[in-house]
Amino acid sequence: MVNLLMANPDPTVAERVERDTEPAPSPEHAPLYTFQVKNLSVWYGEKRAIDDVTLHIASNAVTAIIGPSGCGKSTFLRCLNRMHELVPKTRVEGTVLLQGDDLYSNSVDPAIVRRRVGMVFQKSNPFPTMSIGENVVIGLRLNGVRNQKFLNERLEKSLRMAALWDEVKDDLHKPGTSLSGGQQQRLCIARALAVEPEVILMDEPCSALDPIATAKIEELIHELKAQYTIVTVTHNMQQAGRVSDYTAFFYLGRLIEFGPTTKIFTNPSQRQTEDYITGRFG
Amino acid sequence: MHLQRADNHTWRKAKSGLASTVAFFSALLVIAPLGLVFFHLLVNGASSVNWNFFTKLPTPVGVPGGGMVNAIVGSLELLALAAAIGIPVGVLGGVYLAEYGSARVNSLLRFLADVLNGVPSITWGVVVYGLVVLRFKGFSAYAGGLALGLIMIPLIIRTTEEVILLVPNGYREAALALGVSRWKTIVHIVMKTASKGIITGILLALARVGGETAPLLFTAFGNRFWNHNLSEPIAALPLQIFTYAISPYDDWHRQAWAGALVLVTGIFCVNVLVRILTRGRTASIV
Amino acid sequence: MDAISGPAIAAAEPQSARRVMTPPSRFGDRAFEWLTLAMAMAVVVLVILLGWELCRGSSPAIRKFGFHFLTTSTWDPVAEQFGALPFIYGTLVSSLIALLLAVPLSIATAAYLTELAPLWIRQPLVSLIEMLAAIPSVILGLWGIFVMIPWLRDYPFPLLKRVFGWTPFFTGPIYGTSMLAGGIIIAIMILPIITSVSREILRSVPNLQREAAYALGATRWEVTRIAVLSYAKKGLFGAVILGLGRALGETMAVTMVIGNTPQIAASLFKPGYTLASVIANEFTEATTDLYLQALFEIGLVLLGTTILANLLAQALLQTMSTTSTTRAVQ
Repeated sequence: MVNLLMANPDPTVAERVERDTEPAPSPEHAPLYTFQVKNLSVWYGEKRAIDDVTLHIASNAVTAIIGPSGCGKSTFLRCLNRMHELVPKTRVEGTVLLQGDDLYSNSVDPAIVRRRVGMVFQKSNPFPTMSIGENVVIGLRLNGVRNQKFLNERLEKSLRMAALWDEVKDDLHKPGTSLSGGQQQRLCIARALAVEPEVILMDEPCSALDPIATAKIEELIHELKAQYTIVTVTHNMQQAGRVSDYTAFFYLGRLIEFGPTTKIFTNPSQRQTEDYITGRFG
Repeated sequence: MHLQRADNHTWRKAKSGLASTVAFFSALLVIAPLGLVFFHLLVNGASSVNWNFFTKLPTPVGVPGGGMVNAIVGSLELLALAAAIGIPVGVLGGVYLAEYGSARVNSLLRFLADVLNGVPSITWGVVVYGLVVLRFKGFSAYAGGLALGLIMIPLIIRTTEEVILLVPNGYREAALALGVSRWKTIVHIVMKTASKGIITGILLALARVGGETAPLLFTAFGNRFWNHNLSEPIAALPLQIFTYAISPYDDWHRQAWAGALVLVTGIFCVNVLVRILTRGRTASIV
Repeated sequence: MDAISGPAIAAAEPQSARRVMTPPSRFGDRAFEWLTLAMAMAVVVLVILLGWELCRGSSPAIRKFGFHFLTTSTWDPVAEQFGALPFIYGTLVSSLIALLLAVPLSIATAAYLTELAPLWIRQPLVSLIEMLAAIPSVILGLWGIFVMIPWLRDYPFPLLKRVFGWTPFFTGPIYGTSMLAGGIIIAIMILPIITSVSREILRSVPNLQREAAYALGATRWEVTRIAVLSYAKKGLFGAVILGLGRALGETMAVTMVIGNTPQIAASLFKPGYTLASVIANEFTEATTDLYLQALFEIGLVLLGTTILANLLAQALLQTMSTTSTTRAVQ
C-alpha cells in the first residue's frame, strides 16, 4: 500500500494528503499512517514556532523534514514524542495521533509516548559513565526490566539491527565514548531500538559525521525502514533525496509542501520549495 | 626630542619591571605562612607522632606519653554524623537548584546559601547549643555532629548545583527519549555523570569542617576518655589541639604539635585526592 | 504487506520489551521533586533558625541592657554588668589591621597571578594559596602562639617601638600577645580568600581592555594598572569586603594570640578581645542566665555585622557577575 502511494503520480501537496487521511478501512492491515498531525501549532512563550501544520506520516517509510534553520523542523520533530516539553513555557495546540492514540491527551504519560517514539540526536550522546553494553540496555533497565537473559537478547538484537554488533561484540565492556563518531551514533540508534519503539525520530543524525560514517547511517536507515517508521530532520538536501520516501518542506513554522520525495525534488508545486531546493535561499 | 622619548621609555620599562618584582615578592609573602607553618609542624610535631599517639589515650598532666586515639576516632565519628546530615540535604538541595525550581526561587536560595557560607562558624555552635545542648541538658556528640553538618549543607548545595549544571543537556534528553522518568534520569544519568564533581564537593566540605574547632567548643565539648555513647561529650582532634595549645604544660604542647601535624596531613591528603579527581578539568570546583 | 505490519509483528513477539517494562509512575517524579525541594528549603530554615535562636537566647539581655549593651565598656560577669564595646572595638581594630596588611598583598598577588607572572608559575602558586586556605584556624593559632608571638616580641615589635614609639599606637610594654598579633594572624587567614576572589575578578576583565592599552604602547605594568585594576575597582572592593566578613568572624587563631582582655587601648601592643573570642572563651563558663544571654547577644551582634559585610560584598561582586567564584575559597 505504501509502495502504491509512492508511485502515485498525482500531486501530493499538503492539502492533497489531508484529503487522503481516511483510507478505505481494511481490518487486516495496520494503519496506513503512523502519525496523524492535525492543525498543530506550537508557541515558545509569545513566539509561534509551528503554525497550523497538518501532516500524516506513513508507516514503514522514511519521512524527511527539510527547511532553512529556524523553520521549526526540529520543533515539529520534538512534538512527535513530546520532547519539546523540556523547554519551559511551551504551548501546543492541535492533535497528534500515534496509531490513533492522542499523544496530548491528559491521561497519556510523556514517558510512555517516548517509549513508543524513540529519538536519535544530532550529537551522538552515549552515556559517558557506561560501557557499550550498558548504554544499549540502560533504557530497559531504568524502565524496570531486571531479567538478565532478556537484556542480553535485546542487547545483541539491538546492536545487530544498528549494524554495530560485529564491530563491538568483543568490546561490550569498553566505555561507549571509546567508539568513533559514527559508531557512537549507531550505538545511540541501538540504544533507542532496545526499548522497541514503533517510530524513530532522527534529528540531523549525520550532521557531525564524516562522509563514510554518514553513508553507513543512511544505509542503516534504509534497512530499519522495514520494521520502523522513521522521521528524520536534515538540512542536507542530497541526504533527504537519498534516504527518504516522503519529504516535508517547512518554512517559517509553516508546512509549505509535502509529498513523495521524488515529486518534491523534481517537480515541486510551490515556488518557495523550488527556490529552496535549487539553493536560492536557506 | 627623540632621545627624550627613548629615556622616557626606558624609565617606564624599569617601572614595569619594578612593579613585577614587587608583585612577585607579595606572592612570596602570601605563601610564606604556608611554608613556615609546615616547617614548624614537622620540626615540633614529627618526633611525637609515633605508635602511642595513634593507640593511647591522653595521660594526666605530668605523666609522659599517651596519645590522641580518642580524639582521632572522635573526629571521625563527628564527621560521620555531620556527613549523615550534610550530604543528603546538601546534594539533594543542589539537585533541586540545578534541575527544578524557577529562576527567581533559585536565585533567592542561592543567595541565602552564600549568606550562610559567610556566617562565622562559632555562631553555629551557639545556635546548636541553644537548640540541642540546652534542651537535652548536656554536651553530646550529636550536638557536635549537627553543628558541623549544618555548616556542610550550604557548601555542598552550591558545589553540587554547579557540577550538575555542567552535565550537558544531551544526556538528559537521551534518557528521557528512552521513556525513562525524570527522577530516574536525574538519579541514574545526571547525578552519575556528575558524581566525580559531587564527591569532590563533599570531600572539600568534609575537609573544611574536619578542621573546625569553634562550633565544637560548646557542643561536642571534648572528652579525655573514650566516648561510649553519642549522647555524651566526645573528643575531637582540633578541640584537643586547642586545649593542649593553651595549656601551660610542655608535654601537652608537644602533643598539640603532633595532633596538628596529623590533622593537617589528613586535610592535605583530601585536597590532593580532590586534585587528582578533578585533574584534566579546569579547576572550576576547587 | 510485510513491511506494513512490521510493528504489529514486533508487538506480538512472546517476550516484547514493551510488555516487560514497568509503567512509569508519576508518583516517583512528584515525590523526588518534593524531596529535593524540601532539602533545598534547608537554607531558608537555617537562616530563620540562626536569627530565631540567637534572638530568643539573647532577648532577656536585650530587654535589660537595651542599646547600652553596645556602648558601655564594663564586662563584669560577677557584678552582672555587660557592655560589649571592648569586643566590638577589638573586632573592628583587629579586622582593620588585618585588612591593611592583607589587601595590598592579596591584590598585588592576584595581579601577579593574572597579569605579570610567567605562565608556568601561575597554577602551582594558585594551588599553594588554596592549600594555605585549607589550614585550620586552630593550627594557625598554635603556630601563632609558639612561633609567631615569640618572634614578633623579639624582633619586629621592638623595632616598631623604636621607630614609631612617638605615636600612641606603639607604646607600652611588649607582651607579644596583642591586638597587633591578632590582626596579623587574621591577615594570614584572609589572604587566600581575598587573593582568589580578586584573581577571579581580574580574570573576568575582558581582554579587549588589555589590548586597547597595549595598542597605545603601554608597558605591562601600565596595562595592569590602567586597563585591569582600575576597570575591576568595584569587584576588588567586593573582594576586600568579603575578606572583612571573614575577618570579623575569625575565631580560633585570633583567640589564641590576641590576649583576651576586654579593654580599649590605643596601643596595638596591648592585648584585646573580639566578639568571636569572648564567645569561644566564656560560653562554657557562663554560670548565670544573664551571662549566657549576654553571650548570645554578642553572637547576634557578630552575626549581624558579618551578614552586613557579606551582603555588601555580594552586591559589589554581583556587578562583576562573578558571584559563582566567590566561594573559590571558603
